[in-house]
Amino acid sequence: MSADAAIVGRPVQVYEPYRSGLPPLVPYVKNLWRRRHFAIELSRASMRAAHTDTVFGQLWLVINPLLNACVYFLLVNIINGGTRGPDFFTHLIAGLFVFNFLQNSLTQGAESVTKGGKLVLNTSFPLLLLPYATMRTSFYRFLPSMGIYAVLFAGLEYFGPRTQKCNAAGACVDLNTLHFSWIQLLAIPVFAFIWLYVAGLTTFMAALTVYFRDTTQFLPYATRIWLYLSPVLYYADQMKPWMTKFEMFNPLYPILGLWGDVIARGQLPHASWWIATVAWGLGSFAVGTLYFLSRERDFAVRL
Amino acid sequence: MSEEDEVIITPSQRTVVDEVAVSVQDVCITYRTTFEKRPTLKQAVMRAGRGKRQVKTVEAVKNVSFDVPRGTVLGIIGHNGAGKSTLMRAIAGIIPPTAGRIEVTGRTSTLLALGVGFNPDLTGLENVLLGGLAAGLSKEEVETRFDEIAAFADIGDFIELPMRTYSSGMAARLAFAVSMHMDPDILLIDEALSTGDAAFKEKATAKLRELVDNSSTMLLISHALATVRSMCNEVIWLDHGQMKMRGEPDAVLDTYIEAMHVKKTAAVMNDF
Ligand SMILES: Nc1ncnc2c1ncn2[C@@H]1O[C@H](COP(=O)(O)OP(=O)(O)O)[C@@H](O)[C@H]1O
Ligand SMILES: [Mg+2]
Repeated sequence: MSADAAIVGRPVQVYEPYRSGLPPLVPYVKNLWRRRHFAIELSRASMRAAHTDTVFGQLWLVINPLLNACVYFLLVNIINGGTRGPDFFTHLIAGLFVFNFLQNSLTQGAESVTKGGKLVLNTSFPLLLLPYATMRTSFYRFLPSMGIYAVLFAGLEYFGPRTQKCNAAGACVDLNTLHFSWIQLLAIPVFAFIWLYVAGLTTFMAALTVYFRDTTQFLPYATRIWLYLSPVLYYADQMKPWMTKFEMFNPLYPILGLWGDVIARGQLPHASWWIATVAWGLGSFAVGTLYFLSRERDFAVRL
Repeated sequence: MSEEDEVIITPSQRTVVDEVAVSVQDVCITYRTTFEKRPTLKQAVMRAGRGKRQVKTVEAVKNVSFDVPRGTVLGIIGHNGAGKSTLMRAIAGIIPPTAGRIEVTGRTSTLLALGVGFNPDLTGLENVLLGGLAAGLSKEEVETRFDEIAAFADIGDFIELPMRTYSSGMAARLAFAVSMHMDPDILLIDEALSTGDAAFKEKATAKLRELVDNSSTMLLISHALATVRSMCNEVIWLDHGQMKMRGEPDAVLDTYIEAMHVKKTAAVMNDF
């Protein structure tokens, strides 16, 4: 029979109970890759439905994070008695934009499987494509904010206040507070690990939401608390030593610390932050993916 | 087998070969679910206080085995909850069997009770494209079928509108049109003919009949016993997850109808 099938060229599918907790990984990944256009089209279609593809939609993608950042800047500046300069502003928006990426991915991604409804019930396909589609969408929403960041950074470098630096002999030079540096290009590999970290969390939440449908109600509170506990609205070195001790439990501490150092200050951070970011990225991706895969066969029954 | 190896078979000659399209081997499917329709964290926390969690085990399909040769139209009948939909979804690869093995040769297309249109905010065409891509077709393959699908569904400009604007009949038309035009090797239909108005039902039945005459392979779940009788070459009767009977449509259907009448009177006498 299989010989016939081979001659006629029809695929033979075998469905058997899963022996271990996971589906066979190599065929799964192949299948995932073969059907990647589903995730791409789903992401495109949902961006169309959200009018992200229109001029005003695009404009909103630029204005919204900017307004958000301005509100936080005002707030923090008032609390600090108006002492914050452009270097803090760039630190703040760089952190906020990445945090928005994380928050968007999580809130959209958490619902990705439960919203897949009829498609999940009626079609056999690698369901990992559903959270990946939302990851694509949130990445495309993140990109324009990096454009704003570059423009703002350039503007502040050119027009921003200057500081006088004097050497021992008393000779002084005017220096820009901000200046471009090749180190900022390292933001790209750093973001790759941030993406892995967020993708792992998102797939984990997507699977968890099948079992607890109300996670999406708790998420906004959880992410907001997380934002306040992370060095976005303040600098990491402003924290009291006893607080920093707890930050070893907060993945965003090294991740955003690294991100801020690289993209806002253009300085090379400690090796420990690099190691932690890489480890959190790979670890989160592996754990999230494995949890999703181990649960995936259950989704069509639970929805 | 060794003789057959010499023969080169082209797809157009496929009916010549007596090939098995679907092979179901001693399959059991057990559901383990909780009672909550929409489980939440809140419930879980509240339950943790009382320390109990009700889990229900349902043996939906028990030790079912059968082969479907290519070109067969197999009807599956049985009472509500007999396990028909469960079995069909396992053949479609949507839920894995708890025990046993299912082999499917060729690409399946499903027209299950739930229909297409998973995302109400997207248009009909977008939903069709996404359904096709998920099922493993390429974008070009789906797009070349757009016109045929739109023409067959015959829902006019609604095809360009978000599916939340559709009536259930319109969604059913689109679902039917999609599954008919995906050129599957095996078509799986679960109670999908009962929706839609009379005119569309006629059109759908005609289309199905055309497929039957072209000796397509099809698995058909239907409560319309007349449809089953006229379309199927073979019928399986599932009863509480077990295969009660299998054979010629007339023989199985007559026994089934008789049993239903007996059961009805028995129920009246015993259950109350
Ligand atoms: N998602 C599910 N979770 C738990 N039990 C289910 C689920 N789907 C179906 N069942 C149970 O499995 C049995 C068979 O259901 P089904 O296959 O839908 O029957 P049919 O299609 O023949 O009416 C029923 O007892 C039903 O309650
Ligand atoms: Mg059913």
